[in-house]
Amino acid sequence: MDSVTKRYPDGTVAVDRLSLEIPDRTITVLVGPSGCGKTTTLRMINRMVEPSEGTILVDGVDVQKQPVNTLRRSMGYVIQNAGLFQHRTIADNIATVPRLLGWSKQKARARAEELMERVGLDSSLAKRYPYQLSGGQQQRVGVARALAADPPVLLMDEPFSAVDPVVRKGLQEELLRIQGELGKTIIFVTHDIDEAIRLGTKVAVMRTGGRLAQFAEPAELLSAPADAFVEDFLGEGRGVRRLSFFPSEGLDLLTEPVVADGATAEQTAAAREASGAPYLLVTDGEGKPLGWSEPGSLPGGSPEELLPYGRPFVAGQDSLRVALDCAVLSPTGWAVAVDGTGRVVGVVSQETIGEAIRGAHAAGRKADGAGRKADVAG
Amino acid sequence: MNILHFVNAFFSDSARWHGYDGIPTRVAEHIEYSLLALVIAAAIGLPVGLVTGHTGRGGNALAFIATAARALPSFGLLVLLFVLMGLGMLPVMIPLVVLAVPPILVTTYEAVRSVDPSPVDAARGMGMPESRVLLQVELPEALPLILGGLRSAAIQIVSTATIAAYVSFGGLGRYIVDGLYQRDYEKVVGGATLTALLALLTLAVFWAVSRVAVSPGVRRSA
Repeated sequence: MDSVTKRYPDGTVAVDRLSLEIPDRTITVLVGPSGCGKTTTLRMINRMVEPSEGTILVDGVDVQKQPVNTLRRSMGYVIQNAGLFQHRTIADNIATVPRLLGWSKQKARARAEELMERVGLDSSLAKRYPYQLSGGQQQRVGVARALAADPPVLLMDEPFSAVDPVVRKGLQEELLRIQGELGKTIIFVTHDIDEAIRLGTKVAVMRTGGRLAQFAEPAELLSAPADAFVEDFLGEGRGVRRLSFFPSEGLDLLTEPVVADGATAEQTAAAREASGAPYLLVTDGEGKPLGWSEPGSLPGGSPEELLPYGRPFVAGQDSLRVALDCAVLSPTGWAVAVDGTGRVVGVVSQETIGEAIRGAHAAGRKADGAGRKADVAG
Repeated sequence: MNILHFVNAFFSDSARWHGYDGIPTRVAEHIEYSLLALVIAAAIGLPVGLVTGHTGRGGNALAFIATAARALPSFGLLVLLFVLMGLGMLPVMIPLVVLAVPPILVTTYEAVRSVDPSPVDAARGMGMPESRVLLQVELPEALPLILGGLRSAAIQIVSTATIAAYVSFGGLGRYIVDGLYQRDYEKVVGGATLTALLALLTLAVFWAVSRVAVSPGVRRSA
């Protein structure tokens, strides 16, 4: 995208000399306050809006040089509220672009069924009409419809902003999964910075007047906002949110303060001594957490005597942010680490997590410094 | 003597059920005039309404024409045209068409305009040509309202087609005009009753058409 400008006849400039290079096979998020021209930018890619100046190249080909409907059929298009055809069944909705491309009915139908599965819709919904589906399901249909002709590029215009936060999170995870499986180039517009950070491989922050404020990876955006506008737009808790990008993998987990339910007094005393930790985590026969035992009390008593262990985090899979959150929520200040099946693999204190964070920051600075040096050398 | 008595007398007279002035002939004539007028009115109103609704242009002009046409008295127009053009089907058809075009035109225009813009945007964004956007997205979604416009036009035509009898055509108006002239009120009431029944039949036909033509996905909102 090379210095693209959209100026309306009344003189309003929606997008001002915007240049972006969108990497292949990743999710690029355009984010900004309303009226910053992010939707206009997206709509210029499939020529729903014609740019006033500048050129947009897709795989080196100028979008202006292609017949408009051929261009649009080669890009998936997902909008807010899904925009489903109320008079068509779910399967027919998904088959829209294949049918436009002249596929046979059977082939289009088979494709629709395949896609329903891919976006996590039950095949029994194929013959339903859009009004019979929930907002989240409708949006899944919208995504399936956009994927139907297997376009390399997917344009998504605030697709998840009309659904409730829980459903939105599910849809976001699903999108990341689909992206991982299919490797599409996705351009995603949102006004929600958290959504941008969660989904984007790269995030373009736009400011009012249609200008690019910063184009960077989410972690970089959080650690080094380009200016006061970006910093303000990122909002509160920038530091804590950045922890989402640090894995919990290297955390120093302690196994000594973990005892099985029904352990003898000697075992307990040994565990206390070995760990030096004030609390002991009691697990059941399968190694799943039961609760914290207070200093001086013996495990093996009724579960009511144990302090709740709160929410565990999955070691290696969850980020440091989740681990820290678990530790903060825990009444003992210690977080419980479990494996994928829910078995305890260790416990970790807030202090240890804090050290890990400092370590990660230091590593990040070193990497940054190395990168800068390499830049200078290059 | 009450109206029911008239109705009963009219319909139980076996002589009424055959011949050139019999009920079947007059009903058939009435349906013929009505259908012809409706087809002509739809042929004018639907395309114009669809295209103006789709492009969103010409709405003010449409509203003006429709209001003006609605203000024209059908009977006065008939007499005027009859004087100007002489005896013929055209002076009968013009007032009926003028009567029916405004509801068809205005409701079609409004129906297409009021289609949810997001599926239309999605259709365009997926590379659907404009003609298909109109015929495969806007038309099916607007169909319940469009049929509503056609239905009210049809009912107005059916009730107004009685005026054809004033210029010596047939139809159910024949009974009313002749009955008044002959002071045969049984005939007047009979003709009026048949016209009312035909209007109800029209409603039933439109209900059946909408069951078949409107997608179940859209019907709930109709």
